[in-house]
Amino acid sequence: MIEPEAYLKEPLPAGESDVMLLRELVAHLRRNRTQLREEWARRITQAQLLTAMSKDEIFKEATSVYDNYVEALETGTMEALQTYARDLSERIIPRGVETHEVVGIVLLLRDVLARSLFAKYQADFALLNCILDAYEPAANRIANTVAVGFVQERERIIMEQQEAIRELSTPVLQVRERLLILPIIGAIDPHRARQLTEQLLGAIRTNRAKVVVIDITGVAVIDTNVANHLVQTVEASRLLGATVIVTGLSPKIAQTLVTIGVDLSKMNTVGDLQGGIEEAEKLLAYKVIASSPTADSA
Amino acid sequence: MTNHRESAPRRESLHGVWRPGPVVRAEDIVPIESEADIVTARQRGRTLGAEVGFRAGELALIATAISELARNIVLYAGRGEILLTKISEGGRIGLLIAASDQGPGISDLTQAMRDGFSTSGGLGLGLPGVKRLMDEFGVVSSPGRGTTVTAKKWKR
Amino acid sequence: MEVPILKQGAYLIASVQSALADAEMIQLRDALVDKVGKFRSRGVIVDVTVLDVVDSFATRTLRDLAHMIRLRGAETVIVGIQPEVAFAMVQLGLTLEGVGTALDLEEGLAFLNQKTQSVE
Repeated sequence: MIEPEAYLKEPLPAGESDVMLLRELVAHLRRNRTQLREEWARRITQAQLLTAMSKDEIFKEATSVYDNYVEALETGTMEALQTYARDLSERIIPRGVETHEVVGIVLLLRDVLARSLFAKYQADFALLNCILDAYEPAANRIANTVAVGFVQERERIIMEQQEAIRELSTPVLQVRERLLILPIIGAIDPHRARQLTEQLLGAIRTNRAKVVVIDITGVAVIDTNVANHLVQTVEASRLLGATVIVTGLSPKIAQTLVTIGVDLSKMNTVGDLQGGIEEAEKLLAYKVIASSPTADSA
Repeated sequence: MTNHRESAPRRESLHGVWRPGPVVRAEDIVPIESEADIVTARQRGRTLGAEVGFRAGELALIATAISELARNIVLYAGRGEILLTKISEGGRIGLLIAASDQGPGISDLTQAMRDGFSTSGGLGLGLPGVKRLMDEFGVVSSPGRGTTVTAKKWKR
Repeated sequence: MEVPILKQGAYLIASVQSALADAEMIQLRDALVDKVGKFRSRGVIVDVTVLDVVDSFATRTLRDLAHMIRLRGAETVIVGIQPEVAFAMVQLGLTLEGVGTALDLEEGLAFLNQKTQSVE
């Protein structure tokens, strides 16, 4: 996880003269706004960055980034720019914009602005040096903020997608009244195990399930953590009044569980899914007869 | 003061490593003086947690963790306080629980953190259980001076 | 706040109305253990639907309650544990081993009917 906190917390440490120089710098960038952002957009196209976007789009975003950039230079606070960078990332990531492109365009802007400063102050080398001293750290911080914002947004989107895939991969099926089947396929990590349990518990309540068959035929490996999660799922279901039957433990998983010493004595296990459903039906049928005295008990 | 860290304290690990320095947004201090305060503390935690935007499932985990920590204070120290704070860090937000007391302290933290995966309930400090309920967890204890348990939950 | 206990035929039904402090939890346990004998009840239902936290103390008290009531010759069923509460309980390592559980009041009654019939 990247933490931008360190350089976001405090405004730029700026002495009196730096403040003056920055103010002059900002005024210069504001005066030449039209020309500079056009130059920047041109350089972006030339460098073949943001190819997924049209010229108009690039110019529109370039304008916003430019204004935010100048504002960040002026105020020394990155919050508005950070928010904008996230927002921008959210819009362009789904279109396939890569990290190197975002870093590239920010560095290009830095270059365009620096060149304009060179042109303006070339006559006075000492002043140019002072201007660059004020400009460089601020520009670096801005580049960092935008790049970090982009990467964070990408991480967030990837996590969201993983979440969505996980949800798709754990369907809770109601096969008949009061009976749920949860076929688990693929690898189980602690996060998925947790989500699976939450989904199952919710489904038990909504469907008023009495029996749940968890089929793990499609699970290749189980480690101690996952086995313990499975035990937890069984126990939590029982707290809601549902009985869990686990089916489809492969020979390899059975060996692993016994070898690592996971206590599955509380777990109701049946060889395969079909056997599990038969067992579940027995449990359900038994309960119906036993709880209604008028039923045929001969 | 002994700063206890379970397992190898790798900086990137989310478990067992206490990292200070969150940005403080809002907080609530609940004094714990009797068992009646336990209910107050967990209700206030639930309220603050709802403001952070936690889902019902996560709120139950948070409230349960607060309940256990508050009960430890009542049982072992008699009195103390629970600080509840909204936190944000690197673009994510969450809730910090800090339970502190000036009680007898925990002499063997390693042992307090090791009581098997499934305790049959009630006995012991239940600290490993609280650790499982939360995302980050840390204990600082000094025999004769008191104990502070901190735990964070991040919104997913 | 005291938990109301209703007598419904051979059963006692205690519906928890709000979050309970430890002392109130103990009070409920004692009241049920007392009344189960007084009314010669065959079963007890404790409805905890409104509880948003069932921590180690509550779990232990519920388990003790069930065991005490069994010693007094009746069955207990805990009904209405919410999914998120159940999840938090097992994360904490708490189970209600040896105690009957059911989804809600209706299921609890069915559970007790089955249990007490098989005794006959």
